[in-house]
Amino acid sequence: MSRSRGFEVIIGLEVHAQLLTRSKMFCGCPTTFGAAPNSQTCPICQGMPGVLPVVNRRAIELAVRSALALDCRINPGCRFARKHYYYPDMPKNFQISQYEEPLAEDGWLEIEVDETTKRVGIQRLHLEEDVGKLVHEGAFETAQASLVDYNRSGVPLMETVSKPDIRSPEEAAAYLKAFRAVLVSLGVCDGNMEEGSLRCDANISLRPRGASELGTKVEIKNMNSFRNVKAALEYEVGRQAKALAAGERIVQETRLWEAERGYTRSMRSKEYAHDYRYFPEPDLVPLRLDPAWVDGIRAALPELPRATRQRFIDAYQLPAYDAEVLTQSRALADYYEEVVKALTAGRAPSAALPALGEPAKIASNWVMSELLRELPADDEAAIRSSRVPPQNLAALVMLIADGTISGKIAKDVFKKMFETGESAGTIVEREGLTQVADEGELLAVVDRVIAENPKAVEDFRKGKAAAAKALVGQVMKATRGKANPALANRLVEERLRAV
Amino acid sequence: MISRQDVEHVARLARLALTDAEKERMEAELSSILEYIDKLRALDVEGVEPTSHAVPLVNVMRDDEVRPCLPAGAMLANAPDRAGDSVRVPRIIED
Ligand SMILES: [Zn+2]
Repeated sequence: MSRSRGFEVIIGLEVHAQLLTRSKMFCGCPTTFGAAPNSQTCPICQGMPGVLPVVNRRAIELAVRSALALDCRINPGCRFARKHYYYPDMPKNFQISQYEEPLAEDGWLEIEVDETTKRVGIQRLHLEEDVGKLVHEGAFETAQASLVDYNRSGVPLMETVSKPDIRSPEEAAAYLKAFRAVLVSLGVCDGNMEEGSLRCDANISLRPRGASELGTKVEIKNMNSFRNVKAALEYEVGRQAKALAAGERIVQETRLWEAERGYTRSMRSKEYAHDYRYFPEPDLVPLRLDPAWVDGIRAALPELPRATRQRFIDAYQLPAYDAEVLTQSRALADYYEEVVKALTAGRAPSAALPALGEPAKIASNWVMSELLRELPADDEAAIRSSRVPPQNLAALVMLIADGTISGKIAKDVFKKMFETGESAGTIVEREGLTQVADEGELLAVVDRVIAENPKAVEDFRKGKAAAAKALVGQVMKATRGKANPALANRLVEERLRAV
Repeated sequence: MISRQDVEHVARLARLALTDAEKERMEAELSSILEYIDKLRALDVEGVEPTSHAVPLVNVMRDDEVRPCLPAGAMLANAPDRAGDSVRVPRIIED
């Protein structure tokens, strides 16, 4: 808190999310990312005279789904408006957006920071069209021209504005994370911040603690990752606190986050930047959403990440940490539950499992430590198409439970399963990894190890219990980890006492 | 009444470079248009909903289906300048 010098930090976030439609918001151009520049445009998204835009029903449905999940009020009627500005990212010189009558208002999103839960209000959620993409020709410093690709212009974009309820950069990052998780689990947005499917701007101001009036706010742009949102806002808190403490005034402006250099810099103030002269879009008639249609969307809402997390804690007695990790994506949560189901299904030889612990916790450990070593927790597609499907992971765990392989060997087997897509059984059999549980066979190894390590035996006699452990380690090594650890332990102890 | 300043402001928003003579003409023409709006303002519209559309239609929507686009060449033919498949515009002065 020293960074804020005792001032209270007030943050509001604006998040833009590209909706997962096949076609654009008002025309039939595809929304595919990465196509050749200007190959996905038509007279409508280029704003040629005489064209007629028509609303994409799916975009409305996805926005309604998001609004309901965020507990917003869906306005009975909404309208589109033209937002006018002259900039080459929009060939029409206006962007179709919503102004006075947005699709939805007044919701909330729950976030958690330092194990404290709080609600951040949602002010409004509206639809608009995305704009084209500009890049400098050549190096930034020397560029004489900008190159424009209009493939993105007209892609459905959902803007969600939070209330100024966020009180720290940590909370801002937590909000963005929670927001992204909701959208991804709803199938509304792919959440890819690198490709710009999800973008975030912030409004931030400081005020003396206890003051009721808000301070002058500054808008921060160009923060394209959770880390950057936190870093940019931390920097800005420090900058504003320092200025206020020195008795300076904060200028209302837009600042860009320079990620590599670690600071925000002022964009040349655009005197007229906010003179957008909105007026109702004459080419798009108002929407009056059918309440029955909205109810249908509500009824089909999937369980949201926070609810899944709580259910994992309640139903599986998982620690909060595990539940948090396992609900980073719908795919991961589903994967985990499939593993648990396979481990506890009636047919499974679950009698052997209790020795290892609670199936729900064992499954959690394996998913978190092994699966997530290979795959990012929030990559829905990668987890759904994992080369180790949940049933195969469960089968691997069962091999440990029934003593076929040791836990240590199982980790190596998992890696091979992930490389080859083969089942645990196939790999264990082919590579001869089956645990040595035959007493006679193991006894021969134990005797050899004891004969070769007279010093350890001597130490054990002098009362050093650790010496026995060292000998068990030698046995494991001699069998390349295949000795049943419990059996090896027992045999070494027995032999040592007998010597 | 529209002032010279209003004309300059609106012209700047529209990226129009007006000569002094044009500004003068706009001042007069825009003023007379606004005077007409004043006439409308005098009407009693108490209880009348603002009208954004004159047609009695709502919920005109289409299915989410991809339709053919313009070929890139055709789209770029309208651009004053191009570089490869991109539209080339004068460097935007760093905002
Ligand atoms: Zn189009």
